[in-house]
Amino acid sequence: MVLRDLNGKIVADKLLEVFPGCVDKADNDNVWVHPENLVKIGEFLKSENGFTMDYLNAITAVDFIDHFDVIYQLTSTVTQNRIAIRTSLIGREHLELDSVMGLWKGANLQEREIWDLMGIYFKGHPNMKRLLLWEGFEGHPLRKDFL
Amino acid sequence: MSIRTEPMTVNIGPQHPSTHGVFRIRVTFDGEEIVEVEPILGYLHRGTEKLAEERNYVQIVTLTDRLDYTASMTNNQAYCLAVEKLLEIEAPERAKYLRTMTAELQRIASHLIAVGFFLQELGTFGGTPLMYAFRARERILDMFEMLCGARITLSYMRPGGVFWDPPAEFWIALNEFLKEFPGELSEMEDLLLGNEILMVRTRDVSPLSAEDAINNSVSGPVLRASGVPMDLRILDPYDAYDKVDFDVPVGSKGDNYDRFWVRMQEVRQSLRIIEQCVEQIEPGDYRLDLPRVLRAEQGTESYGKVEAPKGELGFYLFSDGSVSPYRMKIRSPSLINLSVIDQLLVGWKLADMIVSLGSIDINMGEVDR
Repeated sequence: MVLRDLNGKIVADKLLEVFPGCVDKADNDNVWVHPENLVKIGEFLKSENGFTMDYLNAITAVDFIDHFDVIYQLTSTVTQNRIAIRTSLIGREHLELDSVMGLWKGANLQEREIWDLMGIYFKGHPNMKRLLLWEGFEGHPLRKDFL
Repeated sequence: MSIRTEPMTVNIGPQHPSTHGVFRIRVTFDGEEIVEVEPILGYLHRGTEKLAEERNYVQIVTLTDRLDYTASMTNNQAYCLAVEKLLEIEAPERAKYLRTMTAELQRIASHLIAVGFFLQELGTFGGTPLMYAFRARERILDMFEMLCGARITLSYMRPGGVFWDPPAEFWIALNEFLKEFPGELSEMEDLLLGNEILMVRTRDVSPLSAEDAINNSVSGPVLRASGVPMDLRILDPYDAYDKVDFDVPVGSKGDNYDRFWVRMQEVRQSLRIIEQCVEQIEPGDYRLDLPRVLRAEQGTESYGKVEAPKGELGFYLFSDGSVSPYRMKIRSPSLINLSVIDQLLVGWKLADMIVSLGSIDINMGEVDR
């Protein structure tokens, strides 16, 4: 078993110290942040001593009709701490989020997949094309209003 | 006078015998050297995540079989753990051991395929190692048939336990397998580990540093071959893994040989785990008595993860209180391991391309879902 000393609340307190007002709320495993602060916070969590969240497990997008949640699950390979950074995008049209490709290259195919199936565009991604479906396919199938 | 040269783009797949399914890759060569690669995915996309939103929690088990079809058992396991977390239930002790055992058998079968085809793709051994690997895999599939009647798409595990208690013939076959397989494995190891031809073709080819592996979110044997000892069976023990003792083999250079070597070692460790499970397992319930249609509370979510043969396999579930999940996301190791493909291939020769691809061990059922 591994000793894990971080939880969402500790991370949120530290984040609020450095970037005032950037955290909406936090519980044991999750920290909710504003979409425009995402890359800034990611950079801090990755480089700051004591966090070193250098491993991006997965990016998940969920369609809640009036908003979309995007969840970044992070792990530190040094301390084995885990944390999920969540952000909400309001609305359904022209959704955009900054790409985290510059921090974790593992986001490459996952961001393309989310664009393909959920319709959230990632700014700054070097190759933002559909991943599974073909170019010219209409709509984003994992959205609740697709079928 | 110099000869005019220009790069050439070659399309490989989706119908190609050595790309492990319908994988298509566009490669640009400068002479024999690779300068650019672009994987093109989606030829096996069946929309598993969307299908799951229309089925109830027990029906989805059959969808998970068809993700990584060489390792259905671990797919079932990851999904069932996610559902159990969502419903806040726990499988009985006997079911946990049965799951651990069958998952390890599946890991052996999956690694044997990976190793067998990896060696086949080298093109130097004829078919001998592949046939050795398939001989052993066949026995595992026979055992699975005794367990649940299926060989590939198993659906053996259910939320709350396993489908059925193993019949007597399974235990006999398993004991025989545990007695005879180590010898067969030694036969393979004698032939392969340190083999001159294998060394020349794979040592120091397509190395992946630990930093690159971590930065690219690589998991499983590919990550461990690069020297990062991350294994969910140790870090977040699930089912009966906290009650068994095993080592995590770690490579040093992260080259093709290390990726092959780590898989061979993991087969040995899996055997150790199965032996301990057979010793420790006790009679008891194999499944919880649950209603046929499961319902989770509204607004609850869970993330269940296992160390699948190919890496971290995770299921994220969100419930809206109905009989089916509102959202099911699959974190598939094969897809995310593919992000290192340009690091592994660019700068290397055409002849190493298929071998390096085989060393990642992708499965298209899981990449495209």
